[in-house]
Amino acid sequence: MAVCIAVIAKENYPLYIRSVPTQNELKFHYTVHTSLDVVEEKISAVGKALGDQRELYLGLLYPTEDYKVYGYVTNSKVKFVIVVDSSNTSLRDNEIRSMFRKLHNSFTDVMCNPFHNPGDTIQSKAFDGIVSGMMVQTA
Amino acid sequence: MAGSQWELPPELCCRPMAFVALTGLDVVYNAVHRAIWDAFCANRRADRVPISFKVLPGDHEYPKCRTKRTSYEWYIPKGILKTGWMNKHLNLVPALVVLFYELDWDDPQWKEKQSECATKVEIVRTSLQGRNTKVAVVLIQKKTPLPPGEDLVASERAQALCHSCDLSGKSLFVLPHTDHLVGYIIRLENAFYEHAQTYYYTEIRRVKSHKEFLNKTTHQLLFVRHQFKIAFFSELKQDTQNALKYYRTAYSLVHELRAHETNMLEIKTMAGFINYKICRLCFQHNTPLDAIAQFRKHIDLCKKKIGSAELAFEHSAWMSKQFQSFGELFDEAIKLGLTAIQTQNPGFYYQQAACYSQDRKQLALQLCQEVSNYITYKTHYPSPDPLDTQGAGLDFYGQRPWRQGQQSIDPPDAEKEKTGILALQIKERDVPHSELIIALLSNAVAQFKKYKCPRMKSHLMVQMGEEYYHAKDYTKALKLLDYVMCDYRTERWWGLLTAILTTALRCAYLMASIKDYVIYCMELLGRASTLKEEQKSRIEKNLIKVLTNEVPDAEPECDPSSVSAARSLWNDRMALAGSNELTIEVQDYIPFIQCKAKFQSPSFHVDQPVQLQVFLRADCPHPVSFGKLAVSLSNQEYNQWCVAEWSGQEAMSLLPGKTTCYNFSFVAKTEDVGKKIEMTGIEVMLGGDSGRCVFVSWRGAGGDAASAHEALQASRCSRRWGRNIEARQELDWDSLTMQHSTMIISRVPKISVQLSHQPPALTNEMYCIKLTVQSQEEAMAKDVKLTAGLKPGQDANLGQTTHVTLDGSKVCDDSAPSLLPDVPLGELKPGEKLEKCVYVKCVSTGPRVFLFHVAYSIDTTVEGRQIMCKCHKDETVTIETLVPFEVSVKFVSTKFEPLDRVSVDIPFLLMTDILSSSPWPLLLTSSSLQLLTVTSNTPQLQSQLQEVVLQTGECASECFCLRCPPQTNINNTVATGQYLLSWRRNSSSPDSPLIQTIVSLPHVVLEMVPLYIHADLPSFGRVRESLPVRYHIENRTALVQEVEMAVEPSDAFMFSGLKQVRLRILPSSEQEMLYNYYPLMAGYQTLPQLNISLPRCPTFSTQALKRFLPQRIFVKPQGRQLDDASIAAA
Repeated sequence: MAVCIAVIAKENYPLYIRSVPTQNELKFHYTVHTSLDVVEEKISAVGKALGDQRELYLGLLYPTEDYKVYGYVTNSKVKFVIVVDSSNTSLRDNEIRSMFRKLHNSFTDVMCNPFHNPGDTIQSKAFDGIVSGMMVQTA
Repeated sequence: MAGSQWELPPELCCRPMAFVALTGLDVVYNAVHRAIWDAFCANRRADRVPISFKVLPGDHEYPKCRTKRTSYEWYIPKGILKTGWMNKHLNLVPALVVLFYELDWDDPQWKEKQSECATKVEIVRTSLQGRNTKVAVVLIQKKTPLPPGEDLVASERAQALCHSCDLSGKSLFVLPHTDHLVGYIIRLENAFYEHAQTYYYTEIRRVKSHKEFLNKTTHQLLFVRHQFKIAFFSELKQDTQNALKYYRTAYSLVHELRAHETNMLEIKTMAGFINYKICRLCFQHNTPLDAIAQFRKHIDLCKKKIGSAELAFEHSAWMSKQFQSFGELFDEAIKLGLTAIQTQNPGFYYQQAACYSQDRKQLALQLCQEVSNYITYKTHYPSPDPLDTQGAGLDFYGQRPWRQGQQSIDPPDAEKEKTGILALQIKERDVPHSELIIALLSNAVAQFKKYKCPRMKSHLMVQMGEEYYHAKDYTKALKLLDYVMCDYRTERWWGLLTAILTTALRCAYLMASIKDYVIYCMELLGRASTLKEEQKSRIEKNLIKVLTNEVPDAEPECDPSSVSAARSLWNDRMALAGSNELTIEVQDYIPFIQCKAKFQSPSFHVDQPVQLQVFLRADCPHPVSFGKLAVSLSNQEYNQWCVAEWSGQEAMSLLPGKTTCYNFSFVAKTEDVGKKIEMTGIEVMLGGDSGRCVFVSWRGAGGDAASAHEALQASRCSRRWGRNIEARQELDWDSLTMQHSTMIISRVPKISVQLSHQPPALTNEMYCIKLTVQSQEEAMAKDVKLTAGLKPGQDANLGQTTHVTLDGSKVCDDSAPSLLPDVPLGELKPGEKLEKCVYVKCVSTGPRVFLFHVAYSIDTTVEGRQIMCKCHKDETVTIETLVPFEVSVKFVSTKFEPLDRVSVDIPFLLMTDILSSSPWPLLLTSSSLQLLTVTSNTPQLQSQLQEVVLQTGECASECFCLRCPPQTNINNTVATGQYLLSWRRNSSSPDSPLIQTIVSLPHVVLEMVPLYIHADLPSFGRVRESLPVRYHIENRTALVQEVEMAVEPSDAFMFSGLKQVRLRILPSSEQEMLYNYYPLMAGYQTLPQLNISLPRCPTFSTQALKRFLPQRIFVKPQGRQLDDASIAAA
């Protein structure tokens, strides 16, 4: 399960970021922010090769000693980042994919809300609930 | 250097090369020997064999060889690897000792020299007792040797020398000291290299042979040691593949060792060494993925082997070193051509190394804090020093100085152990951790910069800045933090920005840097800050303190000792008089006061006051008051009107979250008409004269680093439309737009300009446009000027074909301009009307735009100020120009048949048709012909079109009889002249000028006829009455013409005269033939055919002549007579 989940706007500012409360929140902010380097690089590399036929899931962005960072980019260039503890070896690529898919679906619901202004931070309770379900549960 | 404990030994990091000792060379005093030595050691490029050479004296003492153990049965090893072992084999024990000796084959004292040489060899051998080191002899000779086999003396003496020195033939070399020294040296060293390889091979065999004596219970350490040694010898032998294999075995063996707290350091140290060797070789073999995999495995295996908890910082230090040295290996490989990628580059290893160094610092702080709690360093550093090894260093890598060589699980002496740990902790306290961390971070920054990771780079720079902060180097910390702050600000990561700002604020406080302190306070109070309300409140109070020249409270989490130092710094600053003013450009920050300004309108008329509004809003938790608000404009003369100052009664203050609006207005100068007025800046003065003045300044019309995005979001926001009325009362800050410039435009004219004319215009006419100007001003309009004519900016040709004049009495010529500028019209009283006619002559057809620009000046008052305004009114009109009439001209014969050519000296007709296409009636006053070549057949040519009025679509025609004079040259076509028409509009006044239109007459082709015939006959005949017809036949040639003439019979006529005749006509004379025709039938009757032929001129046909002759005649019926019998009979 994830230790940090973030949604980043097209212009690379955070729309939503949540991490396991027991740990250093700032550190996760930095981790997510630095992972955008790799995301940007991957998007630009793909953009050149395939045009719009693009795989949304970017896979493992980079491993650090303690965490694995996965990325996902929607067609409107909104980025999802999931940070997983390195010691958590039970998570397979497929499970990460399905997490992203769930996140994307919920994000789409948020965007469909006529009272939500795209570009504002996400304050939806439903989205919060979905994210909570994917986070490491801390008793 | 305290960090050096963790540095890898240099003998581990170097590339092992075969060690060959050279003896018998006197490199100081002997030039020849010096040259030989230089040839060995200079220019050792990659293509030379890998040998490290050393010059040693002939009687050098090599390290003593210990007596070989015959049995390992009772032997208990004391450690894994001796610290001196690698160095011994790299630099002390040679694979080969080469003895240089000067001796020519034909040396006169051969015998003596031979035995001296043998002695020298013996000395070397003795000192190498027990080693397998080879010995070789090189004879330095002055003469070039003969080819092998030819010099019998040489081969014989060589054999003798080998025998006496106990050398094999392969170990004796000759070095002729001649021109090709380097070539000989290269051949020599290749031979040495082979000997060295053999030596290391035997060494490997020797170490391998120990294996059978070992047992797994007591000799575990030896397994590792031996594998390491074999691998190292393989490296010396340059057999890197096998070296890698043995190192790998050694690596797995080292992890099989029984690990406990006492030997953990030794195991990790050796594992680190072996891992380093493996990674290094993998990179060398260009298999970087193997290197990375090995390193990962190494880290995973060792990560948890912390060892003694009291010395946990040692583990972090060791881990840091592991990452650092791998990063260095990786970096080195890249320099040699390996390509790295964004997600796999040395930067990550440096970063991780820095991370472990930070851990080390944390642990050191924790563990050593406890130490310093009950002792102080000076008095209680354990004595005798448990770390002291009497200058000899450690025997084995990774062992504790106070219990070297002990391999038992429990430390033999608990007290010694305690003091040892204490000593290490005290030592650790003095390590400059921050320095180490910063060095690693800056290495990582350089790498990430290279591999396109700007955010990672920023993150590391933040860490560097924080580390400098911990190291109390606040200037450097601020410089770094300030540099990256803007990246986080533009990317709108407020959480991170706030964290950085908080650190920066602490730095600024501790340095007592007022400007920085104020800037960071402002931004931390701003809307981008994610600080809690009470934090903001505290910061705002501090900011107010600084503004009133008081010392602010310390930031939380600052080092207490630094705080007291900072406080005295602040006191000094505050005591200092002067320099109390501070200007802060906040455009690129997100300050706690937001400012937006706008001109009320994008343009103002010069007679209106220019109005502008400044909106201010504070985001801080408490109200802020300010002393002054000033707007600077591009024309500084207006600045005085745009200042709001605290006047004493009413404080200017901003309430948190509320928008305050300030209105300014001023009267623009008339010189600024047509110019833009821009806001160049807005300043808010915080603080007052008593304390410190801080000018917060915005460029342009305000806004800051975040406002552009907020405005964009606000414009997207759907709530804007759904808002209820109450909410609308409050200004929506985000949707406030800035208007930073306005245009001053001229006053609205109060005059009417009317045009009256009768379109369309006709080409070449003097087209009259009547202009009526009427003033509706309340004052006298002075200096009225008219600019009239073709509007500039149209097709350039129109300028050439349009002429404008005020004089309508005559047709203007081509010199008249297309635009009449600034025609003075005098003054206009209120209500007065003025008329003016403008005449336009258009030479070509098509539409044209005409401009009528009436300008004047007038005095007005705006807000009590008298100004003179210039006003103008423009009228434009598009006028189409048409051709008034079409003239068509044709030549016809006297029989009105179209002529394609004109015969000389025979009359013909010119017909002109004038078809009016003008919508207005035209008056044609006269027409005339100007003839060329041809002449009029009538003596006085008179116009048939005088004073004719043509309505639209009507046509006027004229007919002229012309003749071409006989002496004309008939060769080509000739011009016939021009047709002139004078006309004007019928509606125009009689004294308006006439327009002359000239039509060129077409060219005609002339021809000559040899014979001309014409007939004289009455205009009609009457049945049964005689009709005399006289034919005149003229000979136009200079020859006598014979003419045959016959009249064909006709049903309609009887005739008398010569029916068929043949006659001769003299040149230029005429023959007359008379016939009396007697018509028989009434109506149009064809005359009897006259056939004429010229037998001498067969080309000439009757047909050609027939066109001159009348074909038919009208015959009237017989007149009725009263006495006609037949009628009477009827």
